[in-house]
Amino acid sequence: MVMATPIHRTIQVLQSSHVQLLADWIKALRAATTSQSAAMISDPELQAQCQEFISLLSASAAAGGGDDLSAAAWRPVKEFLAGVSRSRSRQGFSPSETAMFVMSFKEPLFANLRRLSDGHDDTGLVTESWEFLRALDRLALYTTEIHQQAREELIRRQGEDMLELSTPVIQLWDGILAMPLIGTLDSSRTQIVMEALLQQIVATRSPIAILDITGVPTVDTLTAQHLLKTVAATRLMGAECIISGIRPQIAQTIVHLGVSLGDIVTKASLADAFRIALKKLGHSIAGS
Amino acid sequence: MDRIPILRMGRTLLVTVQVDMHDQLAVRLLDDLTAMITRTRARGVVIDISALDMVDSFIGRMIADVAATSRILDAQTVLVGMQPAVAITLVELGMAMPGVRTALDVERGMEMLDAAGDH
Amino acid sequence: MPPAITEPDRTVIRVEIAENQDVVIVRQRARDQAQRVGFSLLETTKLVTAASELARNTLEHGGGGYALLEICTEGARRGVRMQFIDDGPGIADIEQALRDGYTTGKGLGLGLGGSRRLANEFHIESAVKRGTKVTVVRWK
Repeated sequence: MVMATPIHRTIQVLQSSHVQLLADWIKALRAATTSQSAAMISDPELQAQCQEFISLLSASAAAGGGDDLSAAAWRPVKEFLAGVSRSRSRQGFSPSETAMFVMSFKEPLFANLRRLSDGHDDTGLVTESWEFLRALDRLALYTTEIHQQAREELIRRQGEDMLELSTPVIQLWDGILAMPLIGTLDSSRTQIVMEALLQQIVATRSPIAILDITGVPTVDTLTAQHLLKTVAATRLMGAECIISGIRPQIAQTIVHLGVSLGDIVTKASLADAFRIALKKLGHSIAGS
Repeated sequence: MDRIPILRMGRTLLVTVQVDMHDQLAVRLLDDLTAMITRTRARGVVIDISALDMVDSFIGRMIADVAATSRILDAQTVLVGMQPAVAITLVELGMAMPGVRTALDVERGMEMLDAAGDH
Repeated sequence: MPPAITEPDRTVIRVEIAENQDVVIVRQRARDQAQRVGFSLLETTKLVTAASELARNTLEHGGGGYALLEICTEGARRGVRMQFIDDGPGIADIEQALRDGYTTGKGLGLGLGGSRRLANEFHIESAVKRGTKVTVVRWK
């Protein structure tokens, strides 16, 4: 009897026994997940995902990727798993539950392989499918990596949302906005702040925005540049920025850094800035 | 040949840009505005870009050219309604357009021209 | 934030750049790709503006060519990769081209240097008489 090449039998099982394989695998998956998590994915949806995985797997196996996941043959499977992993992560599945998707496939696969060879030559079967099983393990690890990345991405985005909430834009007067900045300004924070301020300028039709940096201890070159960009963008939109609360140290840093404030109006205190803003709009405070 | 319409309101010309302009269209607008300022002896031009969700360096330069040219023809130009995302992107591109006056909207742009006209 | 349109990740859109109107088409296709990935308004604006600059360069300085706008994936993050290719005279001094326009506000440079600032990744290959290929990527 001619010995079929190792991967040949695996491909055969994936293609010819896929109905049985699918049923066995789904049963194993359901057994492995908690009832809480199980409720998050409907039966038809799970069935569709498993079906897709099996057909992509069989195509990759036929294309001969071996156990090297960087091979082009594995690309479609990886892309599919990345999608599954991302959605599992978003739904709140744990990394190991996500990995179980691939891990729980090994037993049904092996059981069906044995069925194909009538239980003969089990040792030979193991040796031959070793490479493929190793690929499956690596795919399972890959899903955990993607799960982790998706989690980190979500946390980063939530952080940004919180940042937006913690930098309020205040309407001081009809046509005058104020944005008190507190704490150190890093690049991404300043950009978020910038966007929020500009959007409020449009929403409230305010020609004047006061950026108060009394609560900012230090300013580095990058932050200074971002502030200047905010002022420039405000001007392009048809409004004007006044910067208030520049501490002596920050003033010195700005000069030292060689950053030019051009003709941006700066005032020591928010109150002074407010007075100037009112004057620009044609109002004035009695007695001042 | 497509052109962007220019509305005449007394001594002021109003242009509302609502289409995604290709370069030729932008140049045509510059030419049409220049011709019309001279013909109507307009004292002010308001360019309303509140409908534009993208302004690149060519369009930016064209707007700056309108401002410079109209100044020579004794008219003031005001650019109004730039969207925040457009403003941030233009600054990032390196176009601060210093020679162009700006206002939040058409109404304020007109007020600005009236005030300037008193001098 | 606009919802991402679910489409297979392998979408590559090719746009021929032969005349003025094509630059507008490039902008529209770039906008479509940005929407598919779910870019924010600002991210979209930066992408479309960079696309406009580079498409114009391809037309004006490259004598025409084409753009490839592709959705790309790297692990958990998604983005849009844009390539602008022409068979034209090429750029003799790339460093200067990236710098020049920034200071003078004219010529090739502002579009090139500007696009670099608007993108997360920027790569340019060009040699005299051997055409130019500019690749930019913006990640979500």
